[in-house]
Amino acid sequence: MNVIYSFWYFVLSFIFLSVIGLFVSWIDRKITARIQWRVGPPWYQSFADIIKLSGKEVLVPEGSNRFTFIFSPILSVIASTICGTMLLLVLRKNFGFGGDLILFIYLLTIPSLSIILGGSSSGNVLASVGISRELKLLLSYELPFICAIIIPAIKANFTTSLIEIFQYQNLNGSNIFSLSGIIGFIIILIASTGKLGVVPFDLAEAETEIAGGALIEYSGILLGFYKLAKSILLFVVPLFIVILYLGGTPIIGFGSLLIFILKYLVVLILITLIRNTNPRLRIDQSLRFFWGWLTLIGILGILISLSGV
Amino acid sequence: MNLKLKALKKSLWVYHVSAGSCNNCDIEILDLLTPRFDVERFGIVLVGSPRHADVLLCTGIVNKKCVERVKEVYEQTPKPCVVVAIGACACSGGIFRDGYQMAGPLNKIIPVDVYIPGCPPKPEAIIAGIVKFLKEIK
Repeated sequence: MNVIYSFWYFVLSFIFLSVIGLFVSWIDRKITARIQWRVGPPWYQSFADIIKLSGKEVLVPEGSNRFTFIFSPILSVIASTICGTMLLLVLRKNFGFGGDLILFIYLLTIPSLSIILGGSSSGNVLASVGISRELKLLLSYELPFICAIIIPAIKANFTTSLIEIFQYQNLNGSNIFSLSGIIGFIIILIASTGKLGVVPFDLAEAETEIAGGALIEYSGILLGFYKLAKSILLFVVPLFIVILYLGGTPIIGFGSLLIFILKYLVVLILITLIRNTNPRLRIDQSLRFFWGWLTLIGILGILISLSGV
Repeated sequence: MNLKLKALKKSLWVYHVSAGSCNNCDIEILDLLTPRFDVERFGIVLVGSPRHADVLLCTGIVNKKCVERVKEVYEQTPKPCVVVAIGACACSGGIFRDGYQMAGPLNKIIPVDVYIPGCPPKPEAIIAGIVKFLKEIK
């Protein structure tokens, strides 16, 4: 009974997450368009993209590993859906367990890993350039990302549970209203642009240099799965940031839900602004940026949070 | 009219094939994709790989070196796809129709759906051509 219930919960949250993720990716595109003084796509644009891709032919290149090629886009959708389901369970049912923060960090890397898996199985030269960049980028942004996740965990009395971090902020106010909170928020905001693969760090699928990078050989619904996973992540990662740093108002009733959505939109718009005001970095520049200044400031933030400020 | 065709009409991802063009049409296509003309209104986005494309924007007379490449790109594009011949050269050969390198206008090599004449056609003309085509297909 329990298994069947959790299966249907997973399916329903997949539908919910894909609808809201596609809508959020439309908001992202629309804001980008308005910043560039354009009109921008209509509201159904992301849905039309996915439906169109589901109707296209799926080409599996000769000399590729067929099973891995088809399996890895599905893996990326499943992983990002599980991430989203965990956050929704925390928000809706106050459900969590000790150590789910660590599990969440692991699950968030799986979409990037599945891009690496799919790109390497396609056997394309440009895809191999793309996956080498994606791998280096994964190694580089994980370090400041984890630094920024440790800070709220320390502030909530050394916990590894998402729900305790969220409830700690309900009692003591948002994490962002402290020195280490501000430092951590800025770091996680920048590191999440690497996580989402948006413009300053989109060198893994740079269209103008390596023609789509790791996704170059994907077509039809398999490409659609990657786009869907990316849209779901665009919903999940800002939500994660809100839970870690911008908590403080428990979701009871309609008004507090509106405040929560407003917080989410602020984080989303900040990420969109970062992506629209920066050029693409080379891999050595982004590695130096992430492992240099950002990690140093992150360690400083951890030390400050240990001293309790 | 089914949903997938409707979705295809609303989200055309274009790939630019330059088959021996004199670069004029290519510059006009680049103009077309700038914020000024904003083709994302119609869901048109430039993609980097023919595997992602729905529309092939082909320019230029197809010269003898390009024939194999153009065929290859057409075969790599997942169907259904639309081929647009842009400029006088791709439509009919233009001023290079008697050239020694001429291997045909585009429709000798691959099936063409839309012809947009002009030397080079303005971005407005390209938008008008594609929008007219979208109204025609059912």
